[in-house]
Amino acid sequence: MKKDQGCLGSRGACKAEKGLWVMKHIAIGILGAAALGFTASAASAGTLDTVKQKGFIQCGVSTGLAGFSAPDDKGEWQGIDADFCRAVAAAVFGDGTKVKFTPLSAKERFTALQSGEVDILSRNTTWTINRDTALGLNFVGTTYYDGQGFMINAKKLPGVNSALQLSGAAVCVQTGTTTELNLADYFKSNKMEYNPVVFEKLEEVNAAYDAGRCDVYTTDQSGLYGIRLTLGSPADHVVLPEIISKEPLGPAVRQGDDQWYHIVKWTYFALLDAEELGITKANVDEMKNSDNPEIKRVLGQEADTKIGTDLGVSNDWVVNIVKAVGNYGEVFERNVGSGSPLKIARGINALWTKGGLQYAPPIR
Amino acid sequence: MASQEILREEPSRGSFVNDPKIRSIFFQTLVIVLLFGSVWWIVQNVIDNLARLHIASGFGFLRGRAGFDISDTPIAYTSDSTYGRAILVGLINTIIVAVAGVITATIIGFVIGIGRLSNNWLIRKICTVYVEIFRNIPPLLVIFFWYSGVLAVLPPPRESFHLPFGSFLNQRGFYFPRAIWGDGSWLIGVAFLVALAMAWFVAYRARQRQMATGQQFPVFWTSVALIVGLPVLAFLLAGMPLTFDLPKQSTFNLTGGFQVKPEFLSLYLALSCYTAAFIAEIVRAGIRGVSKGQTEAAGALGLRSGPILRLVVVPQAMRIVIPPMTSQYLNLTKNSSLAIAIGYPDLTATAGTVLNQTGQAVEGVFIMMIAYLVLSLVTSAVMNVVNARMALVER
Repeated sequence: MKKDQGCLGSRGACKAEKGLWVMKHIAIGILGAAALGFTASAASAGTLDTVKQKGFIQCGVSTGLAGFSAPDDKGEWQGIDADFCRAVAAAVFGDGTKVKFTPLSAKERFTALQSGEVDILSRNTTWTINRDTALGLNFVGTTYYDGQGFMINAKKLPGVNSALQLSGAAVCVQTGTTTELNLADYFKSNKMEYNPVVFEKLEEVNAAYDAGRCDVYTTDQSGLYGIRLTLGSPADHVVLPEIISKEPLGPAVRQGDDQWYHIVKWTYFALLDAEELGITKANVDEMKNSDNPEIKRVLGQEADTKIGTDLGVSNDWVVNIVKAVGNYGEVFERNVGSGSPLKIARGINALWTKGGLQYAPPIR
Repeated sequence: MASQEILREEPSRGSFVNDPKIRSIFFQTLVIVLLFGSVWWIVQNVIDNLARLHIASGFGFLRGRAGFDISDTPIAYTSDSTYGRAILVGLINTIIVAVAGVITATIIGFVIGIGRLSNNWLIRKICTVYVEIFRNIPPLLVIFFWYSGVLAVLPPPRESFHLPFGSFLNQRGFYFPRAIWGDGSWLIGVAFLVALAMAWFVAYRARQRQMATGQQFPVFWTSVALIVGLPVLAFLLAGMPLTFDLPKQSTFNLTGGFQVKPEFLSLYLALSCYTAAFIAEIVRAGIRGVSKGQTEAAGALGLRSGPILRLVVVPQAMRIVIPPMTSQYLNLTKNSSLAIAIGYPDLTATAGTVLNQTGQAVEGVFIMMIAYLVLSLVTSAVMNVVNARMALVER
């Protein structure tokens, strides 16, 4: 029997061959370790520079929530959250199309942002203190003020018209959300029992609710209206009147990059200020010649203005934003308001001048 | 002989660099230094990056309040429990489905495996079709088949199927009466233990007598009579201390009784059916591996086909069967992590929720890895003990 088939020479030659073999494997090991080490330190350069270098913004969105981020029949992402990323792209590149979208489940979203896989997380995400501190995120503002609600099938449960009658129900909910936590708190504080049916993906929750695995669907109220449209027979389902939590939804960026944080934050404020000043997609070019000094300043028409360049973008950034997506009101009406199948009223998402909560600091 | 003489010669120590002993020590040290160096480098890199990104780290989060509910809780758990306990609930759920799956898969696997060797054409073909179907479908699809294809099309709770003994079956699961043991039921447990001990003693004495005199004793039926009879007797003597909590219809669901949820059922059935196909093939190979001469020799000694299978073929087949069986048990345990697709709260699902609620991704994944590693190592260790007992004892 030959023991060492590749080693038929004298003993010395054999050793040498083995030495070579060992060295080859060490070399492979070093290369592997090096590759691991380098990938871990990729996200260190400034986000603005990285984004400019690659030529587009990587935007983390939901896996499909009507009105916020969902692909339409042409595969284009539509919704408030998708349009927000386009607005940032318009501010940075002057071109709202320079965005690539990454669909993320509730569970994946924070890791994707932390690891640098996406530059902005614009995915109907609730702003909480834990996410703002321990998770290493910075929320830029509230693009949609929401609250958690419940939806039931009124045909199957005709007697139920309040969430307080839900004791003993099976409740479908998506894992890794604030919704899951509010649900536990609400039933506990009202001394009711429930049976959680928990899934990781929105589509799985929808399918389980539609199939009757649970009696109640709970998520943000705006989400319930969107999901209702996708169910087998939307008219059978009613959203109960109770709102059990505050859900300020907004985009977030990584901590430790103030410049990028400011660009994203002021893009949001620019959308609000544009609406407040009456600047729309249709009239933005006319408005550049306005006599109103505030409008001129916002649109970068002031002589020797440095507002845009101080931020790290061009001085006509607001013009680009409004040309790409319109002002906040236009974005809202097109995606979730009167121009959409959802028909959600502005409510608390109206500007502060109209009794709502949307308020932006001045651009000056 | 001449070549051996040459090999025994001391290698010449012409150069320090060419000394094989020193070279091997050098390279071994180098490998160890590089190995530990790169591990340290990777760990340090993770720590640095977490600090740079302002992400909290450490395992302190496990003591925090979980705040979410879990649908299947084998141990006491509420939203006030800690994150650590939530992960423990998930681990226990994984163990429950793995143990139940392993037992069922082994039973189905043995039946199908022996069925494939049957002389009956129909039985043989049915078993072959079973193996070919389940072996060639990914386990995730089998789980979806049970969840969406079988259990989800059952009627809603108000139109449940009524089964015997007050059980119900609907799309929310399988409900059956929960036994409530009253005063004096300890007597039944004691009777059961006594019966077990007596059965063991009977088997021992019967074996001794057979060795000494060659006379056989009906051990099996005596044991059954003991193990069933004594507890029943105790039950009657204690005054039948047993009541049932029956499932009842309420506004939304059936309440009371014992509920087996469809998530558990479909995962358990899917894993059992899927793994059973592989076990069947292992069993078939094991039985085929015992040479035909053994059967013939046993026949020549006057044994009938039942005892031949039980006393001659199966014990020898087990030696071939057990090692690959261990791998199947490990596969089943690890495949149970597919539970996440249908929302059964196993380790992956609950640890994943904890990971997401706290944002402690590195720690969460680490805990999951360690837990699955320990589970697998324990399974291997147990199977190695079984294997050692079954292995050929050479004298």
